[in-house]
Amino acid sequence: MTTTDAETREAEPGEPSKRGRRGRSEHAAAQNRLGLYLIAPSIIVLLIVIGYPVVRAVFMSFQKDAGLDPATGLFTEGGFAGFSNYTHWLFQRCGDISCPPGTLGSQFWSSMSTTIFFTVATVIIEVCLGMWMALVMSRAFKGRGLLRASVLVPWSIPTAVTAKLWFFIFAFDGIANSLLRTEILWTGSQWPARFAVIIADVWKTTPFIALLILAGLQIIPEDVYEAAKVDGATKWQRFTRITLPLVKPALMVAILFRVLDVLRIFDLPYILTGGANNTTTLSILVVNQIRQGFNSAAALSTITFVFIFLVAFVFVRVLGANVVQTTQSQQKGAR
Amino acid sequence: MASTTTVEPGRATAATAPARRRRGFPWAAVRSYLGIALIVIFCLAPFYWMIVTSFRDVGFTFDNTPWPTHVTLDNYRTVFDTSLGNNFAQALLNSAIIGVCTTILAVMFGVFAAYALARLDFRGKFLVLGIVLGASMFPGVALLTPLFQLFTNIGWFGTYQALIIPDISFALPLTIYVLTAFFSEMPWELEQAALVDGATPGQAFRKVILPLAAPGLFTTAILAFIAAWNEFLLASQLSSDRTEPVTVAIAAFTGSQPQQEPYTAIMAAGTVVTVPLVILVLVLQRRIVAGLTAGGVKG
Repeated sequence: MTTTDAETREAEPGEPSKRGRRGRSEHAAAQNRLGLYLIAPSIIVLLIVIGYPVVRAVFMSFQKDAGLDPATGLFTEGGFAGFSNYTHWLFQRCGDISCPPGTLGSQFWSSMSTTIFFTVATVIIEVCLGMWMALVMSRAFKGRGLLRASVLVPWSIPTAVTAKLWFFIFAFDGIANSLLRTEILWTGSQWPARFAVIIADVWKTTPFIALLILAGLQIIPEDVYEAAKVDGATKWQRFTRITLPLVKPALMVAILFRVLDVLRIFDLPYILTGGANNTTTLSILVVNQIRQGFNSAAALSTITFVFIFLVAFVFVRVLGANVVQTTQSQQKGAR
Repeated sequence: MASTTTVEPGRATAATAPARRRRGFPWAAVRSYLGIALIVIFCLAPFYWMIVTSFRDVGFTFDNTPWPTHVTLDNYRTVFDTSLGNNFAQALLNSAIIGVCTTILAVMFGVFAAYALARLDFRGKFLVLGIVLGASMFPGVALLTPLFQLFTNIGWFGTYQALIIPDISFALPLTIYVLTAFFSEMPWELEQAALVDGATPGQAFRKVILPLAAPGLFTTAILAFIAAWNEFLLASQLSSDRTEPVTVAIAAFTGSQPQQEPYTAIMAAGTVVTVPLVILVLVLQRRIVAGLTAGGVKG
């Protein structure tokens, strides 16, 4: 298959090492070269499919959208816009006036707060619930296969189908109201609608979080617990002093992945509530804007991207979520 | 002491057994089974509800009986009926085309990168890993706007490549990450052993390495395919009626009465899309869990 070249080429650099130090540095150089050759195609593809669009989006975001200028009432062809697309979103400026309520420009901060609210709420619920699930799974003798199988079901269902499924569950005459004996218009007002989105997301992603945490739990050696037990540590002490600190790297990675994932949430609220009743997230706002003006949408998507990037940066730097190392060390625990 | 031994049966079987006998009743086991039952119900109940509803007569959509009633196959007929303006069979085909092309491209490029990352020591290795991981967390909307304009300008709007190329942006990082994990776990010494035993490099690759790598490659391909199959954001904006995949088709599914949501038919469509995927995932569950926790990437 495609690896044939890689295999035969790799067999060579192993040999020259007999020739001492010079051979070793040649060996390192050969590895560097081979590594570069093998990596380059993927990096080039990523530059094309991600790098180029991002650069293009930044360029677009400084261009005026063709259309009627709200200030002069004249048709403009576009041209350099300076930061006006950014001030449009960040300070809600539409030309020289502030954006009238109801326009997309006026929705930026509410979508931002909705997105942050979804992120905080779902991540807290999912991590707590996921931690509990992982603990149950790690202690289960029998039924581990059944657990793993059922945990994979919500994950493998497409989010679009998940959204439709919960849309049906939360219908006015649906099973949710029937079981709870309530008559709530779930998608009809702000808090029930937000709650519906959160429940659907928790259902879909908690099992995934549980799997990530479980992988972290499984690399904790048994004898640490044994030793603590001998020393008379209570169950709670063992959880807070052993499990939590040792599972922390895996937990931080799980939280980082989830946070970055919810910050770009689109499918669930878009299908479940259509973004109505204050469930419009940043991604939905971008999509709504696209057909009203590319360049303004490009500015908004750049803001979204920079925001998500900053959050990731804070996570990795300040909170020390070492994604690369943790995921590498987890591989052993996963089996 | 008794309270500490009962709570964690999985940790110390030997210590728990006497405690259990002492207390007479295996509370820990009961709690464990209760936990398992709760998790299984939590995960499966909505899925079960989708399947039950998909077989329910449309007139009894809101019957809300927890077991199958008014069983019919009509909903499945409605799903594939093109007279209401839906073309679900075409959407299935589109999803398959997009998913297969994305997967082949991602694995084709990813396999080299993953091999290098797993087996070679080269300068900038961690930088590359960081880039790959960063790319997998990249927000789709940041690609959407420029691609929407670009594809409109060059007349690609509503073509398959307009859907496959953006999908590479998340499928390739996922492939590289998961494959790197699988490759670094493989017993590569066996290749050397085969060479020592007189096999040619080609034979060593064909008879030793390929059979060992095949399951990992296959699992990775499945994960990439699922990710592409489940994609909605890019497809919803960049596809036309002709190229729309199932996720978009289900979201836009129309019934006979425009003001009424055709719930039972949508649940049937959801079942059609989901059940093959679920079966595949369950068959490969061990490897998929390993791949998922290594890649840490959500589909």
